[in-house]
Amino acid sequence: MKPINTVKFTFPSRSVNEGFARSAVAAFAAQADPTLDQLADIKTAVSEAVTNCIVHAYRDTIGLIAVTVSFYEENELRIIVADKGCGIEDVQQAMQPLFTTGGEERAGLGFAVMESFMDQIKVSSKPGRGTRVTLVKKLGSR
Amino acid sequence: MTQVIICEDGENMTAMLSGEIDHHWAAILREQIDERVRAASPKTLTLDFSGVTFMDSSGIGLILGRHRLINSLGGIVVVQKAPREIQRMLSLAEIESKE
Repeated sequence: MKPINTVKFTFPSRSVNEGFARSAVAAFAAQADPTLDQLADIKTAVSEAVTNCIVHAYRDTIGLIAVTVSFYEENELRIIVADKGCGIEDVQQAMQPLFTTGGEERAGLGFAVMESFMDQIKVSSKPGRGTRVTLVKKLGSR
Repeated sequence: MTQVIICEDGENMTAMLSGEIDHHWAAILREQIDERVRAASPKTLTLDFSGVTFMDSSGIGLILGRHRLINSLGGIVVVQKAPREIQRMLSLAEIESKE
């Protein structure tokens, strides 16, 4: 299936870029005429995915994060957040609510939030190679 | 612009949060709040979210981390005035926000 429109951007895993990433995705998503709640959901999910790259994938280093946002037929928005960081040994365990390796200040809710705020989430990861999170949401109620 | 304004009234401390709370800003807010908390050891730390326009799960980490710190000093944390958009994030973590 070919997207109607797509945009890709890449940025270094510095925490100051979290705000840029979610705002850029929200700006692209605006063309699908989303509700304000939908936009807030998308921003939150992207923020979680990008934070995971910064806190986990590139824990002790700075690497590149690639975000691809595509808009498909029937108002479907698909967001891919990909890194070439350390990868996840056990994806199912990482997706458990409250599971975290991020220390005391992390709630361990990142994947639970992405699952709750989006319609679909897919995570594929190879230890030592990187992780790719795909987030899908149908936009617009009209 | 994300910021925190901290007021003290006897044994009560209120942190008025505003702007966007993500992992980047949570780390900055945490330092500013903890510095004042360690200096004053308040009985109650109220985190006021009325000015917060965006919050991801880093905000939950910020609340839980302050809860642990204040508890260790013998006090409590109160969360108040969370806007509707943030309520959903709080409810995922089963945190109640009072009016």
